[in-house]
Amino acid sequence: MDLSTINPAVLLASLMVASTPILLAAIGELVVEKSGVLNLGVEGMMIVGAICGFAVSVETGSPVLGFVAAAAGSALLSMTFGILTQFFLSNQVATGLALTLFGLGLSALMGQGYVGIKPPAMGDLNLGPLGDIPFVGRVLFQHDVMVYVSLALVAAVWAFLKYTRAGLILRAVGESHDAAHALGYKVVVVRLAAIAFGGACAGLGGAYLSLIRVPQWTEGMTAGAGWIALAIVVFSSWRAWGVLIGAYLFGGVTVLQLNLQAAGLDVPVEYLSMSPYLITILVLVIMSSGRGRAALNAPASLGRSFHASH
Amino acid sequence: MIRLEKRPQPSRAWSYATPVLAVIVTMIAGGILFAVLGKDPVLSIRTIFWDPLFGEFAFYYRGQLLVKAGPLILIAIGLSLGFRAGIWNIGAEGQYIIGAICGAAVGLAFYPMEARWLIFPLMVIAGAVGGFLWAMIPAILKTRFNTNEILVSLLLVYVAEQLLASMALGTLRNPEGSGFPGSRNLQQYDSAANTELIAGTGMHWGVVAALLAVIGAYVLLNRHMLGYQIRLTGQSPRAARFAGVRPRLLVVFCLGASGALAGLAGLFEVAGPAGQISIDFNSGYGFTAIIVAFLGRLHPVGILLAGLLLALTYIGGEAAQATLGLPAAAIQAFQGMLLFFLLAVDVLTNYRMRFGRAEVA
Repeated sequence: MDLSTINPAVLLASLMVASTPILLAAIGELVVEKSGVLNLGVEGMMIVGAICGFAVSVETGSPVLGFVAAAAGSALLSMTFGILTQFFLSNQVATGLALTLFGLGLSALMGQGYVGIKPPAMGDLNLGPLGDIPFVGRVLFQHDVMVYVSLALVAAVWAFLKYTRAGLILRAVGESHDAAHALGYKVVVVRLAAIAFGGACAGLGGAYLSLIRVPQWTEGMTAGAGWIALAIVVFSSWRAWGVLIGAYLFGGVTVLQLNLQAAGLDVPVEYLSMSPYLITILVLVIMSSGRGRAALNAPASLGRSFHASH
Repeated sequence: MIRLEKRPQPSRAWSYATPVLAVIVTMIAGGILFAVLGKDPVLSIRTIFWDPLFGEFAFYYRGQLLVKAGPLILIAIGLSLGFRAGIWNIGAEGQYIIGAICGAAVGLAFYPMEARWLIFPLMVIAGAVGGFLWAMIPAILKTRFNTNEILVSLLLVYVAEQLLASMALGTLRNPEGSGFPGSRNLQQYDSAANTELIAGTGMHWGVVAALLAVIGAYVLLNRHMLGYQIRLTGQSPRAARFAGVRPRLLVVFCLGASGALAGLAGLFEVAGPAGQISIDFNSGYGFTAIIVAFLGRLHPVGILLAGLLLALTYIGGEAAQATLGLPAAAIQAFQGMLLFFLLAVDVLTNYRMRFGRAEVA
C-alpha cells in the first residue's frame, strides 16, 4: 500500500464534494422533521431529482436548469407524500416507504434513454485570488457553485429556525400541533410547505450526484444516500450545524475509504465499501444512547398525524 | 367541502374493500402510465393480470406464480408481525441475503457428500439462523441503546449487499468456475437442491414454508398470548405496558421472527430458483414484501392473497416486457403506486366522509 499517493488537499476538497448531496438532502429533511413530519421517502425523492436534473440538463445543455428541474420535480413528488399524510392521514412511516419504492421505480422508468450519456459539465466557481491560496485555496475555493449553495442553505435554515417568526411557527407546529392549531396557525399548510422544501432539497442533492459527483445516470445510483441523510438528521439532534458536521463526517469516511481502495489497502474492496454504512450505524448508536440526548431533542409531534376535529 | 370525521371504530366493511379498491385504482392509473409510454393500456393490463393465468401460455406462467409468491409471502408474514406492533423492520432484503449466504455456505461445505437427509435440513436451519442473527443487530441496538430500527435495518441491507458481492467473488466462488464470479450451482447438487415437489406447479419447499408461516401467524395472532400482545401494542402502546407487555421482548421477537423468515426465503431461493450465490442474487423481494404486507392488511390470509397478486405483477410484467416491450422499471413503479393508492383509500376505513359546509362549533 502506498499512502503517499493520497494528497491531503485533494482529499479534503473531494470530501466537500462527496458530502454535498447528503448535506442538501439532510438539511431539507431537518426542516421537515422540525415541522413534525417524518418523511422516509428521502431516498426516492433524491433519485427522482437525480434523473430529473440529469434529463433536463442533457436536453437543454444547462446544468443550472437541471438543478431547478430537479428541485421542482422532487418537490412535486413530495407532494404525493404531503397529500397522503396531511389530507388522507395515512401512516407517515408507510407512506415514506411507499415514496421511496415508487421513486426508485419511477426514476428507472424515466432514465431509460439516459444510460451511458455524459451530462454537460458545471464549471468551478471562479473566486479569483482566493483559489490561488496554497492548500486552503484548493480545499475551500475551487468548487462548483452548488457546494457553496449547500453551505448557504445550512446557514439560512439555521437562521430561519432560530431568528424568524415563521421559523418559530414551524417549530411550534412540530412540537405540539394541537397547541399550534389552537393558536390559529395552519398546521397542514405549514407542514405541506416544509415537505415541499424537503423534497426540493432532496432533489438538489440527487441532481448533484448525477450531474457533478458521479457524473452520469445509473439505476439506483443514490445507493442509500437518502437513508444516510435521515440518519444524519438524528445525528445532528435536529440542529442545522449538526447536520453540516454529520454530512462532512460521512463524506470524510466515504472519501477516505475510496482513497484507501485506490491506494491498494490490503482489505477486500467490499469491506471498505460497506464502511460508510457501518460507521453511520455506529454514530446512530452513540447518539441515541447516552441518556437519550438526541431523543430528547426530537420534535415532540414527530411522526404523528394531525386531525383537527373542529 | 369535504370533511373527515373519525369513526369510533375502523369500518370492517371498508377494511376488506379498500385493498380491492386500491388495486382497481392502481390498474387505472397504471393504464394511464402505460399509455404515456406509448403502449395500449388495456392490452398492457390484460397481459399483466389476465394472460398469465388464463392466456395461451398460462401453463408456463402458472408454475412461476408460486415460485415468486413463496418468498414474498414468507417475508411479508414476518414483517406483518412487527408492523402490527409498530416495530419497523424494513431491512428484510438484507436478512434475505444473509439467510441465502449462510444456507448456501453450509450446503457448499458438504459438497460433494451425498446425504440429503442431513444436508438440506442443516441448510434450512442455517438460513433461518443467518436471517435471525442479522435481524438481531437492529433488535439489540434498539433494546439496548434505543437506536432507530428503521434506519439500522435499512442500512444493513447495503452492508449485506457488499457481503454478498464479497462472497460471490471470493469465499464461496466456484473453484471449478474458471474464475467467473458466483458459487457452485446448488440445483446440480442433489443433496442441497430445493427441487420442485410436484412437477409443473412451481411448488417447492419455500412455498410449503410460506403456507406453514401463514397458518402459524394466524394461530399466533388469534390464539396465542404473544399475538394478543402484538396486537395490543400496535393499538395502544400505553395500555400494553399496563397490561404487562414487555416491549423489549416484543422488539426482539418481532425482528427475530421476521429475520428468520426472510432468511428462510433467501435460502429456499438460493437452493432453488436462483441456484447459486451471485452478485445480483437479490431481486428486491424484501422491499416488495413490504407492499405485500400492507396490501394484505397485515392479516395472514390477506398476505397470502396479496403475495399471489404481487407475484402476478412480476410474472405479468415479464410477459409484458417480452411481448409489448414494456420496460421492467414500469412494473416497479406500478408496485410502488399500488402502495400509495392503498394508503390513500385507507382513509375510508378510519374516517367517515361528510359533505357540505362545516358548521361553526
